[in-house]
Amino acid sequence: MAQAAIELIGINKSFGAVRANRDINLEIVRGTIHGIVGENGAGKSTLMSILYGFYQADSGEIRVGGQPASIKTPNDAIALGIGMVHQHFMLVDNFTVLENVILGAESDALLKRSITKARSELERLEREYGLEVDPDAIIEELPVGLQQRVEILKALYRGAEILILDEPTGVLTPAEADHLFRILKQLKEQGKTIVLITHKLREIMAITDTVSVMRQGTMVATRETRKTTVEELAELMVGRRVLLRVEKGEAEAGDVKLAVKNLTVKDSRGVTMVDDISFDVRAGEIVGIAGVAGNGQSEMLEAISGIRRAVSGSVMLDGKPIDLTGAADPGELRDRGLAHVPEDRHHVGLVLAFEENENSILGYHDDERYLKGPFLDIDAIRNDARDKITKYDIRPADCRLKTANFSGGNQQKIVLAREMEQDPGVLIVGQPTRGVDVGAIEFIHKRLIAMRDQGKAVLVVSVELDEIRSLSDRILVMFAGRIVGERGPEATEGELGLLMAGVERQEAAE
Amino acid sequence: MSAPYAKLPAWADYGLIPVINLAVAFVVAGFVVLLVGENPFRAAAVLVEGAFGRGQGIAFTLFYATTFIFSGLSVAVAAHCGLFNIGGEGQGYIAGLGIGVVCLAFDSVLPWWLTFPLAIIAAAAMGALWALIPAYLQAKRGSHIVITTIMFNFIAASVMVYALVGFLKPANSMAPQTRTFLEGAQLPKLNWVIELFGAKIRSAPFNISFLLALAMAFLVWVLIWRTRLGYEMRTYGHSSKAARYAGISEARIIIIAMMISGALAGMMALNPTMGDQHNVALEFVSGAGFVGIAVALMGRLHPVGIVLAAILFGMLYQGGAELAFEMPAISRDMIVIIQGLVILFAGALEHMFRPYVQALFASLSPRSVGMEAIKGKGA
Repeated sequence: MAQAAIELIGINKSFGAVRANRDINLEIVRGTIHGIVGENGAGKSTLMSILYGFYQADSGEIRVGGQPASIKTPNDAIALGIGMVHQHFMLVDNFTVLENVILGAESDALLKRSITKARSELERLEREYGLEVDPDAIIEELPVGLQQRVEILKALYRGAEILILDEPTGVLTPAEADHLFRILKQLKEQGKTIVLITHKLREIMAITDTVSVMRQGTMVATRETRKTTVEELAELMVGRRVLLRVEKGEAEAGDVKLAVKNLTVKDSRGVTMVDDISFDVRAGEIVGIAGVAGNGQSEMLEAISGIRRAVSGSVMLDGKPIDLTGAADPGELRDRGLAHVPEDRHHVGLVLAFEENENSILGYHDDERYLKGPFLDIDAIRNDARDKITKYDIRPADCRLKTANFSGGNQQKIVLAREMEQDPGVLIVGQPTRGVDVGAIEFIHKRLIAMRDQGKAVLVVSVELDEIRSLSDRILVMFAGRIVGERGPEATEGELGLLMAGVERQEAAE
Repeated sequence: MSAPYAKLPAWADYGLIPVINLAVAFVVAGFVVLLVGENPFRAAAVLVEGAFGRGQGIAFTLFYATTFIFSGLSVAVAAHCGLFNIGGEGQGYIAGLGIGVVCLAFDSVLPWWLTFPLAIIAAAAMGALWALIPAYLQAKRGSHIVITTIMFNFIAASVMVYALVGFLKPANSMAPQTRTFLEGAQLPKLNWVIELFGAKIRSAPFNISFLLALAMAFLVWVLIWRTRLGYEMRTYGHSSKAARYAGISEARIIIIAMMISGALAGMMALNPTMGDQHNVALEFVSGAGFVGIAVALMGRLHPVGIVLAAILFGMLYQGGAELAFEMPAISRDMIVIIQGLVILFAGALEHMFRPYVQALFASLSPRSVGMEAIKGKGA
């Protein structure tokens, strides 16, 4: 009965000296949903890339349906009935759904026949799995949840029997995620096999039948989902016990430190991304901004920190107004005590090619502490960096190491150390723990709460609802560029989820 | 697992890999020599012998290298700021105008050691000015610097023709060049340094601007890695978003970096004019500005690497000339092919052999390639 859809036997893969996968054995049973969890860099994506033909294993065997298989390219994988839905969608934005589905699977030089065939095939898939989507809609006009559905359709259209989903819920609202899970269950009932890669343990518990845990390139455990707990999985992932919930005392909110007034921001195409929003952050509190990615949070953060020019609006920093519409300069805001941990640490918050110590002064490089006239005071900079490394437990503790060689969590700590150690009055943080491993999340959360307890005003923007709920003293929900509601930390996930989906707003309008 | 490949020790990164690339370039070049029916080993021997065999050759090699150090540094400074200054040729050429004016005005009244600093300033200023316009257009208008600097090469060429057939030319001369500079604008030779080591030199243009080039290489190192300005340039060069985040003005940093780059390109004009021909003539730059791109790439944008790469290209120039003389089947174009191969393997295919070298190092000793670093142990 329990027949293996995929068997991986003794898979090894190294990149240079890094052993991304060591001696991995994994059996995925046909007709089940199999979760793979692990921290960033544990080797999950590498393993799946081997299975999908992006990489070749250095050694080991892959068996599909009991037969040894040689998978050299994604085309081989597709031919064996393996489909993949990537974390970042591989869709052509200005094509229709149909055109995307047939892309690479066109049957002949003229498209007409392929399109007719694809149209009827899509209708069948729609009927069988409840995967509704307008075949003639343009991709860029579809919400993210539907775009993801197109990715799934693409895989099924190519005859996928085994579907790999890589972090599928990162961009979805809780409601969209629920819908996805219903679809996955339906697919399972129809006999498809699903491999779900995620770092969200609750999703694993909610939907999978079996779960495998990876740590540092090895497969540390495989469990039946109903016989394990979130705590056990977290411990297996990190290798030690972790606190999943931050402990914090009551906030003692003081004066308003940061007041955002009538902020409106448009993107480069002139679309309004932030629509006339105002809010305050007080000393000694953490205000969290919840929302599905793409509802204006990024643009708002960039405008407040002076990186992006606003159409209108200003901030009051410590009671002094700064216009955000003119040539607001991030340097000036920084001088006035606004520290910013940007969402995109790889391109904005850090220069990955720099040594660690060089990044520890980014933005503060004109501070006289780090300078001797026009020259950099290398000793001062390195000593300062070493202090921060010790204080924030940045590993490896080498301030001359290239920043790209630190793990995601340690990179984020480099940014946090730099911004927090300037002793700012206001700290704004975008996605504090995106791409950060479980162990470091705990550390970062504690630090943010410590900042709050020192009487700083902290603004946190995150798409992780759990994070917002556990950190914030007040939660603001953003939808379509507006703040659609304010709730206390006791708000339920369902309540916030509805706000994030813009439901309440529509009801109010009726 | 942020980097797909492990780190190599610095000596392998900066020493071994360029040497492998170079070796492959020469092997392929050897096949080309074979193809034209000559013996590649003898060709290589003639080339090296011609460049380093006698004092005369060494002096010429270093003379060529001097110009390439300047143009390589010019490309490197812009590249550290993320800008591809392809206009070194024009910036160097137009600097000849400044040098010409200064030398013609002062060579009869001042000694060389007073004319030289004035000429340096004039050359740097003209080069910087010629880079300023494309820089401004990039900074304020978004016109791509590669396009504008290349166009400015043509404009510089036209301006120089105009100047050299017009006001720079002596009244009754038919040649489009300035009169020969007097002693007050002739740079002292450095040939005696080579002769100290016992070599003999008949006559070679190796001159004191070589020392200026070395000084500039050091100053560029200081600028890039030890000053706030260099820090800002590198930040912008790696990520314009990070620079914006750090409060670095985009327009300002582009303009400053390009002007420094232009000034260095301008200085390369000193060597062939005041150091060798003692005049400013048509086409005196003769492609050295473009060679600078290869030199900078080969030297991994580091001043030390650039000096070494410049000497290598000086060797190719000098040894190549000997080779063309010794082996008539090998024309001067052959040398261009070898240079092209060096550029191809050292620049464009720089990473071709890297994974193999890394794999080799990894199997020899995992620790030396930063295993610890990559794994990062939790956090």
